[in-house]
Amino acid sequence: MQTIPINTYNSPTVILELIYRLKVKDVMTRSLISVPLGTTMRTVQNLMRENSITGVPVVSDTRLLGIVSMDDIIQALDFGYINETVDSHMTRNMIVLEDDMPVSFAISYFDRYSFHRFPVLSKDKNLVGMVTTRDITTRLLLEINHEVENLERMNQTTKVTDGFTRDIHSFAVLKHDFENAGFASTQIKKRLKGNGIFPPTIRRAAIASYELEMNIVVHSEGGRITAEYGPNEIVITSEDSGPGIPDLDKAMEKGFSTANEWIRSLGFGAGMGLPNVRSVSDNFTIESTPSGTIVRSTIKFSDTRNNETEGDET
Amino acid sequence: MKNIEELAQELSYTVFTMEDSSAVILDGYTSDLLSDVMGNASEDSALITIQAHKNTIAVASLIGMHAIILCNGRAPADDMIEAAKREQIAILGTSENQFTVSYRLAKALGKV
Repeated sequence: MQTIPINTYNSPTVILELIYRLKVKDVMTRSLISVPLGTTMRTVQNLMRENSITGVPVVSDTRLLGIVSMDDIIQALDFGYINETVDSHMTRNMIVLEDDMPVSFAISYFDRYSFHRFPVLSKDKNLVGMVTTRDITTRLLLEINHEVENLERMNQTTKVTDGFTRDIHSFAVLKHDFENAGFASTQIKKRLKGNGIFPPTIRRAAIASYELEMNIVVHSEGGRITAEYGPNEIVITSEDSGPGIPDLDKAMEKGFSTANEWIRSLGFGAGMGLPNVRSVSDNFTIESTPSGTIVRSTIKFSDTRNNETEGDET
Repeated sequence: MKNIEELAQELSYTVFTMEDSSAVILDGYTSDLLSDVMGNASEDSALITIQAHKNTIAVASLIGMHAIILCNGRAPADDMIEAAKREQIAILGTSENQFTVSYRLAKALGKV
């Protein structure tokens, strides 16, 4: 079996991209415990025990001279030279990795050699870290988790162009999904930023989309946030599937909220959501029936530089 | 005007994460209501709060805040730290309450 059971040439594309994108320096341990020449094998043994590590590099300044592994220590104990210095007992024939190599290299190195760790050198040959199989698998697991999350979200996101100049981007938002709350607004913000929109305008769009997104999460049975990017404006629409707002005037009042205790304890339900959306919008409409609420916020890009509002002004 | 690292040191707060230690802090905003923060906090200010969860990072990132100071000894959830790293937002912590953090930060920033 492979040391790290990931095939570096015919795994799924997403995995291949990952192991080529990630560099050794992204996964290695930087906080190094090393010893200079003249250190006894006993001292190294103690260092290993105290820090639960299995390999200690021997250095002169930042130059790597050799490495003392757990095996070297066992040998030293067996043959009675544990109190001698590392100078003549360290492993000098080492395979090293460079910090700029892709992780895929490290994975195939672990398969090819029986070492449990590789020292990592910078381009100018200084020792900058150590990498173990555990470092790699932990980081990969985190990254894969992240990729899966993104894939799941992509499935919930549809992107269409309506044939004119408008791009339409739609995001599913689930009831009480505090975990992913903010995803739609973050995507909308990124998109506007990429288009070079004036930052205070982006902020207004971020506020509107976030409040609408949170309203779906907190108050509804679930719904969608749709962003329509026009040449001069963005229209953010929130639609949910109920239960509707019984008293719209009350809902637009600052400080009025129907959120329950645990939602308030998270910092939501301050009764400022819809008023915030209205105050950052150039145009704001809301309709509500028991089968759902539709809020539409329009934020203009052009000719607004002179009268940009910094969030809530009312 | 100080950067986040200088502030953390000067006020001796715990650093939970600080990916970008050079982020400049100009002001502070104290609130536990995220909509209030969203609507009223200014960019480049530090958020003083007890909301030690991931949604706080979303709010901070959307409005361009680079630091969060958690009060009353609240510790951030792991996923909050992770999200903060991704968004390059620093999280500091202290056992002081919001009032104390607010006036100490104001003093450190030369606001009072």
